[in-house]
Amino acid sequence: MTKEKLTNLQQTALKVREHIINMSGNGGCFIGASLSCADLTVYLYNEFLNITKETLNNENRDYLFLSKGHDVPALYGTFVELGWLEKDRLKNHLKTNDFIYWHPNRNIPGIEFHSGSLGHNFSVAAGVALDCKLKNINNKIVVIVGDGELNEGSMWEGLLVANAYKLDNILVVVDRNQFQANFPTEELIPLEPIDKKFESFNCAVKKIDGHNFEQMEDAFKSFPFEQNKISVIIAETVRGKGLPSIEKRADRWFVNFTQKEIEELINELHGNAKANLISKTLMVR
Amino acid sequence: MNYEELLIELISNDNRYFVMTAENRAAMRGITNQIKNNFIDTGITEQTMIGMAAGLALRGRIPIVHALATFLTMRAFEFIRTDVGIANLPVKIMGSVAGFLSEANGPTHQAIEDVSIMRGIPNINVFCPADIQDFNIGIKKVLQHENPFYIRYLNLPNIVEHNEFEIGKSEVFGNGNDIAILVYGMLFNQAYQAKEILEKKGYSVRLLNLRTLKPIDESEILKAVKQCKLIVTLEDHFITGGLFSILAEILLKNKITADVLPLALMNKWFKPALLNDILEYEGFTFNQIAIRIENYFEEKNF
Repeated sequence: MTKEKLTNLQQTALKVREHIINMSGNGGCFIGASLSCADLTVYLYNEFLNITKETLNNENRDYLFLSKGHDVPALYGTFVELGWLEKDRLKNHLKTNDFIYWHPNRNIPGIEFHSGSLGHNFSVAAGVALDCKLKNINNKIVVIVGDGELNEGSMWEGLLVANAYKLDNILVVVDRNQFQANFPTEELIPLEPIDKKFESFNCAVKKIDGHNFEQMEDAFKSFPFEQNKISVIIAETVRGKGLPSIEKRADRWFVNFTQKEIEELINELHGNAKANLISKTLMVR
Repeated sequence: MNYEELLIELISNDNRYFVMTAENRAAMRGITNQIKNNFIDTGITEQTMIGMAAGLALRGRIPIVHALATFLTMRAFEFIRTDVGIANLPVKIMGSVAGFLSEANGPTHQAIEDVSIMRGIPNINVFCPADIQDFNIGIKKVLQHENPFYIRYLNLPNIVEHNEFEIGKSEVFGNGNDIAILVYGMLFNQAYQAKEILEKKGYSVRLLNLRTLKPIDESEILKAVKQCKLIVTLEDHFITGGLFSILAEILLKNKITADVLPLALMNKWFKPALLNDILEYEGFTFNQIAIRIENYFEEKNF
């Protein structure tokens, strides 16, 4: 990867994180998961997926399904930086005059399907992948899933079926941020060894640092990893990445910060002093 | 034309039709090779099948999904509601062996709340044909409709010749004004014969084969309520949420009331057995239906 490309991606990701942080007040958002997958969405839309503003409805386009759903602020931010969504619309976050709420929906250009109920979008993606295969379209169907989402049986059921029909145009990206809603995954419902679990379902698996664009480039550019197999990238990420004061914390899953806290967090994002966070975490689950 | 022939015809004229099954091939066993480019068996995975159907529909396909009605509408309920209902995708959901048709399988296989839960989902319509001929007459329009549909699939022979079909219109037999029997699905045959018995006894009877429960033929039902002394709702379904509830909703909405005798499953699962023995045990043979209606009618002293 050229230095220029790397710098561009890093700068875009920084702006996306600013958008996410700005959505963490006035009702708040699922900030931890949004920050953990922001580098992935920035890379995928800028470097990997064959989709542009002009081809959002093109029959041959690549698809991305955000199955974990609650990290949609990362998508909103990414879409703003791509020019698909007007920046001013982010002010409508959670407002009744727009469709920018806590989970994805198709009223936002670029969002392929709604999600929020975990364990759904893999099978929806498999339906899309099947149709594309039957029509000999050489495109890529990416599904971002959460690690907590892997608790859902429908995820594994879907893999069985997609494997049976050799849907190797599917790429699953696991945002492995080590947390589900309230707990570290390994404390509540242990997932490791995740790679072996996917491999035993006949998937071809790669593990990368989900915040390292060069590692992403190496892994994504080698898709499909093996013929007739579903490709899986386990992206090791950090919940709350970019904000040391909330990183890797179970209690900063969903947050609703004050304007002052948000300003301090944006400072913190740019490498300045840590924010002084007083707001308590809302326990919504 | 039977169902398999219909599927072949639909697919050969329109590549959008896509047949799916969660390893329940009864309805299309003989044609899977002929439609193999428009067919997938997902195995025993109702949820994945519905999710994939939504994905296929996003690509412009019209998926026709098949499984046993209980597993399809209940195991996969949230997938139907969330992936098909919210997005209003034209997925056609064929539930087999619904109601009494699960015979001796037992309560696990008794879909007797399917109408209630499917009609509660916005955008999803409900078609419950009386027999194989009624199904064949109606299914083409149902499949061609732009909305998702839940269908109580069945293969029972017909005992009457059915009329042409329109979504939201019932099929009316007779214009009697003592008793109106409202029915859907496999109990139509019993209702038709019960009507004949009641007529021999001197009652004036009409019979509404409702066909689609959503949209419901409100005007024909209101006409029956206005013109008949007694309304009977007859269904192999729990009393809650099915036809009796639909009628109650219509009456309340129109600020009228009526004498209604509901013949349904009263908050219990039915006795598992072969079909004719179930009907006898639960009181749903045409003779028993006629007696139950007659007794109620005489009690009321209309």
